[in-house]
Amino acid sequence: MTALNELTLAEARDGLTAKTFSAREIAQAHVEALEKARVLNAYIRETPERALAMAEVSDARIAKGEARPLEGLPLGIKDLFCTHGVVTTAGSRMLETFEPHYESAVSANLWRDGAVMLGKLNLDEFAMGSSNETSAYGDVVSPWRRTGSEAGIVPGGSSGGSAAAVAAHLCLGATATDTGGSIRQPAAFTGTVGIKPTYGRCSRWGTVAFASSLDQAGPIARTVRDTAILLASMAGHDPRDTTSVDRPVPDFEAAVSRGVKGLTIGIPREYRVDGMAPEIQSLWDRGAEWLRAAGATVRDISLPNTRHALAAYYIVAPAEASSNLARYDGVRYGLRVPGKDIAGMYENTRAAGFGREVKRRIMIGTYVLSAGYYDAYYVRAQKIRTLIKRDFEAAYADGVDAILTPATPTAAFGIGEKASADPVEMYLNDVFTVTVNMAGLPGISVPAGLDGQGLPLGLQLIGRPFDEETLFAASQVIEDAAGRTKLPPAWWA
Amino acid sequence: MSVDAKTVRRIAHLARIAVTDEEVGPLQGELNAILAFVEQLDAVDVAGVEPMTSVTPMAMKRRADVVTDGGRAQEVVANAPETEDHYFLVPKVVE
Repeated sequence: MTALNELTLAEARDGLTAKTFSAREIAQAHVEALEKARVLNAYIRETPERALAMAEVSDARIAKGEARPLEGLPLGIKDLFCTHGVVTTAGSRMLETFEPHYESAVSANLWRDGAVMLGKLNLDEFAMGSSNETSAYGDVVSPWRRTGSEAGIVPGGSSGGSAAAVAAHLCLGATATDTGGSIRQPAAFTGTVGIKPTYGRCSRWGTVAFASSLDQAGPIARTVRDTAILLASMAGHDPRDTTSVDRPVPDFEAAVSRGVKGLTIGIPREYRVDGMAPEIQSLWDRGAEWLRAAGATVRDISLPNTRHALAAYYIVAPAEASSNLARYDGVRYGLRVPGKDIAGMYENTRAAGFGREVKRRIMIGTYVLSAGYYDAYYVRAQKIRTLIKRDFEAAYADGVDAILTPATPTAAFGIGEKASADPVEMYLNDVFTVTVNMAGLPGISVPAGLDGQGLPLGLQLIGRPFDEETLFAASQVIEDAAGRTKLPPAWWA
Repeated sequence: MSVDAKTVRRIAHLARIAVTDEEVGPLQGELNAILAFVEQLDAVDVAGVEPMTSVTPMAMKRRADVVTDGGRAQEVVANAPETEDHYFLVPKVVE
């Protein structure tokens, strides 16, 4: 008998509908699992009373035949989404006691659909990081370990808590955000599925901002179907976010079983980077084979400006961050550290409230936007962004339906392994994912195999604007061919 | 392009982040590592290319000019470090 927290989200939904178990029972199973897994540090804040209260409401609705799409399903929420009455920290000291008096659009949609909240998930501070090692609330430990080793492995970042919790069966699914890869990279590192939808698909209202032209919310879950179910609830137009698109939300779950017959999949030659591990190359080739076997045409394409994407991202994203994080000044909310005058208060507050990585990015952003440098850096990077987007538009206009690439250049690394003085080394983790944010396109990461040390590897599919459906269809083909990931047994319990 | 210690202090002041003397050196190194990395973009031909100002082509929606919120001053100041009578209190700004 599978433990209730080890079901997939779709299986749990079926079980609740069939009244095999109650919402209270599945919530309780998760609450107990969370208690035993604190060593992973996936949750910054557990909300068991709230979870059980919400489960009770769900049970009443199920009994009356009034179940909503996510009725009674326990989820974790990345601590970047404002949750009404529950402290929201963004992984920072700056917001240690910040209790929102409103609910983010994305989490509000989940509660509207009957989901149950287990707690707030850990993340890199202000979503800046690729390993969940910059959180003010401690590192997240991946449930995965290298074969024969007990050394701690990173879950990826910034949505490290979300990915670790899903992989460790501490929630049926989780919300996450992605600015340069923060959904897809941790999903790839933990053998889970993560999708960053098209820019504008989900509302950013009530989500703590990092880089406004790059940020997007999306789900992480254990299967392609589960991810599709969650995205359908999370997405939708919101008049409070002018960048959210007024388009109907498709039936993503229905798209999952479409198959890929007749589709054309592009393989971009510029993604074959120097020094790429042979394992990654063979995983990529295998993925192309699986899609071919399922009836897709696979062909080489060129995205020549891809090679500039990471550098351009590390101008645009910090620039936008420096603007968005200017609001943390100790005046209206968050930490305040006194100073000899108001300027001193600002400087002391921000020095104490922000960690090193955040300060670094704010400062780079401030520099590239400053007088004398704005044209040379920021404007140039935004022009390169136009070129990056054009490459994709040309490929899609030429008949490509989706693009297949590796999700990450390596499997997950050890905690502390990349603590060198060179920040760029950590940034290279995002080399395959940032292009997608720069072009505003949808991208999904799906588990495709394990590396020689038993750690998961993922493949990424990049789609046309607003065509998440093709991504779900193609990634289901990969999931079927690769087989469901065998997630690690609970060594921490 | 690289930054010297004086520039690091100037950037920190623009960003309103206090930096100690000990922090300047390491920060300078880290910022210069990032700037060296992005230098590759200087070689790209961007002649005639418009900067991307809109990620997804769309016309900005406008809302009706009506009041839809308000009267929640208590909630607005609830998280403030120092308040009085629904005002945010700060150290003196003008001498």
